[in-house]
Amino acid sequence: MRRIPYLWTLLLLALAILLSIAIGSVFISPADLWRILTGWLSATSLSESLQTFAFIITSIRLPRTVLVLLTGAALGGSGAAYQGLFRNPLADPYLIGVASGAGLGAAVAMSIQWPYTFWGLLAVPLAGFLAAMLAILLVYFLARLGKTVPTTNLILAGVAFSAFATSLTSFLMLRSTGELRRAFAFLLGGFTQTGWNPVLTILPFLAIGLGFLVLSGHALNLLQFGDDQAQQLGLPVTRAKTLILVAASLATAAAVSFSGVIGFIGLIVPHVMRLWFGADYRRLLPLSIIGGAGALLLADVLARVVMAPQELPVGIVTALAGAPFFLWVLRRAKNQGYW
Amino acid sequence: MLKVEGLSVSYGQRRVLHNVSLEVNSGEVTALIGPNGAGKSTLVRAVSGVIPLDSGKISSNDLSRYYDPVDSGKPGSDDLSRHYDLRSLPPMQRARHLAVVPQAVSLPPAFTVWETVLMGRTPYLNFLGQTSARDEQIVHLALQKVDALDLSERRVGELSGGEGQRVLLARALAQSTPILLLDEPTSNLDLHYQVSFMELVRGLARNDKLAVLIALHDLNLAARYADRVALLVAGEIKATGTPRQVLTPELISDAYHLTVQVVPHPFMDTPLVLPGK
Repeated sequence: MRRIPYLWTLLLLALAILLSIAIGSVFISPADLWRILTGWLSATSLSESLQTFAFIITSIRLPRTVLVLLTGAALGGSGAAYQGLFRNPLADPYLIGVASGAGLGAAVAMSIQWPYTFWGLLAVPLAGFLAAMLAILLVYFLARLGKTVPTTNLILAGVAFSAFATSLTSFLMLRSTGELRRAFAFLLGGFTQTGWNPVLTILPFLAIGLGFLVLSGHALNLLQFGDDQAQQLGLPVTRAKTLILVAASLATAAAVSFSGVIGFIGLIVPHVMRLWFGADYRRLLPLSIIGGAGALLLADVLARVVMAPQELPVGIVTALAGAPFFLWVLRRAKNQGYW
Repeated sequence: MLKVEGLSVSYGQRRVLHNVSLEVNSGEVTALIGPNGAGKSTLVRAVSGVIPLDSGKISSNDLSRYYDPVDSGKPGSDDLSRHYDLRSLPPMQRARHLAVVPQAVSLPPAFTVWETVLMGRTPYLNFLGQTSARDEQIVHLALQKVDALDLSERRVGELSGGEGQRVLLARALAQSTPILLLDEPTSNLDLHYQVSFMELVRGLARNDKLAVLIALHDLNLAARYADRVALLVAGEIKATGTPRQVLTPELISDAYHLTVQVVPHPFMDTPLVLPGK
């Protein structure tokens, strides 16, 4: 398994994509999917029922699948980066408050005007990014003890800030929108926007953020030896850390903008990848990105199925799986003397 | 040669190094001794550039810019006119002049010995850390020099203290620098490893013409393996010279607030420091 990590994670992702397209209020069988695909490729006209399916796929399932995929990728990638940056196995965009901060920023942008145009939507991840940067700096300085950032401090400061930001977000959402369901979905983490606009708006943020993170594996490896040794080995530590922080926050902001605050993907996925494939960040980062996409797609399929035709916010599914996992990691980390 | 002039460092309001000046010659081991809290580690960190200085100059007379351990025994041309102001160099450039061996404690569990030593090549790599066959060759040689080739596939988190220390020495050697700083590398080693590690360091200084500055706790290791000794007390250099010149009852008693006697080593031509009257 150690030898072909990309094959395994990509297979998982492919399966998740297939399920995400096939499953919903109308089940589209793989056979039908195949017929639609070959129909498009050979430019022959489809039968009437297949045309309905094709419409469902292009206008509903595919945009959503891509949005979930990108969101999961961002959460997995930024989770791995935060864990490496803070040398802390429990760092996760949700637990250290960045996600909630970004959510607050996004909510502010939305409350000013719930926008549906491309440019209007672009303000949402931008505000999310600025708020995410503020959040991470605030939490970092609150948690810092001399030169170190103890795990407990980081999580405590993150959770406290998270509670604060989430309360503000709740207030804003409940006040500004008549649609309570949508507000709740955002707060609990769920996908309510449809169409391609959300995907297009977060794409530039993700491309820059995740693109840089994939390249920063060597720097993160060096940082595992501590700031002093990393710099003595020739890494400009302050600059590298700042760039990684900005890139991870860009990715987090993009993830949160249209799906709300989804917890624990950024914790679980890098962890599992590390257990399976080792902690070399040059490999861990791309694997966490692919794995994050796959994991969130599966969670989203589950969220659509369990209460069908009603839909559960996906954040509930990830938290139900993630919180016990977090406690397990916490115990393990304690035994290994992380704090 | 490493030259430190008028170096002062403060932590907040507290000044921990006052006007420290020091020269470390190529091909020699200079031991930095002094009581706990005298500032030995701070001096190593300051010279390596990881903490800001209040004032001072750190320069190197680079005998062998891009000293190449693969073409070993050829320590470059003796171009003594080339001065490098290490303080003003960015981290990556500085790491080609000066390598640091920290104490081998709490090494990350993720990396193998080979991967760890390969990180010593960072100053010559791009941001992605892509290595070439030549880098691998240099790592091979560095591991060979510290007699740790057989550890290559082991994880650094699982090594014993002595093994870890040799691996970190190999990583510093892979940086191919003319200057080597070591921060109390023998503190966690048993007697056997202390002696073999110091033999190794002295051999490297001699053979590869490295300028070695090593912070040491153990005065008798300094007496036996150092060519020169610098005594640091309360952030100030109190004395520098040969072991015989610095390891005197007066200087040591005064520095450590403890009566000591210095006697000739029973079978080595070095002084031996013994506490007591």
